[in-house]
Formats: sequence, C-alpha cells, structure tokens
Amino acid sequence: MAAEKIARVSLRSALGRARGLGSAKEGVAHWWAQRVTALALVPLTLWFVASVVALTGASHGEVVAWLSRPHNAVLMLALIWATFWHAALGLQVVIEDYIRPEGIRLAGVLAAKAAMLLMGLFAAFAVLKVAL
Amino acid sequence: MDARDALMVGTDSTGKPVRRPLSPHLQVYRPQITSVLSITHRATGVALAVGAGLLVSWLLAIAEGPAAFAEAQAFFASALGRLMLFGWTLALFYHFCNGIRHLVWDAGYGFDLATAARSGWLTVGAAIALTLAAWVLGYAALLG
Repeated sequence: MAAEKIARVSLRSALGRARGLGSAKEGVAHWWAQRVTALALVPLTLWFVASVVALTGASHGEVVAWLSRPHNAVLMLALIWATFWHAALGLQVVIEDYIRPEGIRLAGVLAAKAAMLLMGLFAAFAVLKVAL
Repeated sequence: MDARDALMVGTDSTGKPVRRPLSPHLQVYRPQITSVLSITHRATGVALAVGAGLLVSWLLAIAEGPAAFAEAQAFFASALGRLMLFGWTLALFYHFCNGIRHLVWDAGYGFDLATAARSGWLTVGAAIALTLAAWVLGYAALLG
C-alpha cells in the first residue's frame, strides 16, 4: 500500500475552514434538517395514528368536521410538511448512496424531491379545501 | 496501486496518512441484529415515502366529497387495503421506534455493542406492540 508515500497538502483556504461549509456549501444543514423533522414527527405521528384510530368507521361528515377544527387542520399541515421534507431528505441519501452514474443519480434525486413536493402540496391543498 | 486503492487513502485526525477500512462484502457478512435493523430502517423509510400516497389519496378523497370518500373507505376496508394499511402501520412504527433509537445515538448514548443489540430488540418489540395496539383500538372503535 502506497499510503506512506503520500504527503497531504491542504488546498482548503483558512476562510473555507472557518466557515465549515464543506464542498457542498451547506455544512451540516441536510443532516440537521433530517433530525429536526424526525423530532417534530415523534409527537405528530402519535397524534396522527391516535386520530385515525379514533376515526375508524367514521362517516364523511364526521371526518370533515374533525379536519375542519383549526387545531386538527394545523397539526395535519405540520405533519404533511415534516413528513414530506423528511422523506425528500431521506430518499436523497438513499439514492446518492446506491446509484452510481452521475446523470441517473441527479435525475433520481430531482424526481424524488419533485414527487415529495407534489405529494405534500396535494395533501396540504386537500386539508385547506376541507378546513377553509 | 489502482484507482480503488487511491480512493481509500485518507488521513487521521493528526494528519497521518491511513488506509481506510473496506466495507465487508455482503455475501461473506453474517447478518447481525444491528446491520439487519439498519437496512430495515432504510427499506421502511423508502416504503413509507411511497406509502405516503395512501395519506394523500385519503385526504384528497375527503376533499372531493362523500362519493370519493366512500370509494376510498371501500378500498381501505378490502382485504388488499387492510393488508397495505397493516404493512404501512408496521413500517411506520418500526421507522418511528428505530428513528428514536437513532436520535438517542445522535445525542451520544447507547453505542456499545451490548446496548445497541438490546435497544434493537426493544425497537422490534415496541414496533410490533404499537402496531397491534393501534389495530386492536381501531377495531374496537369500529365495533363499539
């Protein structure tokens, strides 16, 4: 192994090191957003599952009445926002890990993000249409 | 030295050149609770991203009106619908519990092997228990 022969010269500027944002120019923002959305989803998921369980077998009118209450509509919007942001970040990591060819990888990441954005918008629109 | 070797040359925190470790190949790697749960976390994450379509279609059906809602309810009540919902619930609670396990790791706790294995089995048990609890309560709400 030639490791011993290699001398490492840092090409990083002092400013770049101080900023600490790395080559992707976003530092730990992606990692941090993944954790913050995960934390938000802990109470939101429990609320959502408890609500859906309580709504089992409910009529359309009952479900509409439930979703029209401001706190339910707002929590549902928060759940949608956190879920699809978290999913977009997670799918990006999985695609970047397993797909090698640059073009397909980029297309995959963009497609996954577009799909998560659109699903989130559809869901949010439906909630607003019912609640407003 | 080939290109693969070149990619595995790194430096440690003191700047000394080191050869980075090579990941074990899957076909000679004995599955362990930690590695199996790790890949399951990813698999359930991807499945939930796809399965979020169920949530979107449910909300859209509510917004559309009673007829579309009745159609959606009929699908969810069918055998295939129930199977999908049950799998979705299990994937959700697994990802939920293992996600909390990851957050605890991020806070710096529970890294030694014995604790990681124990928290792994705890995660599996909690995911199954929460899934069954949700379904028992759901059926109770339906019948009661």
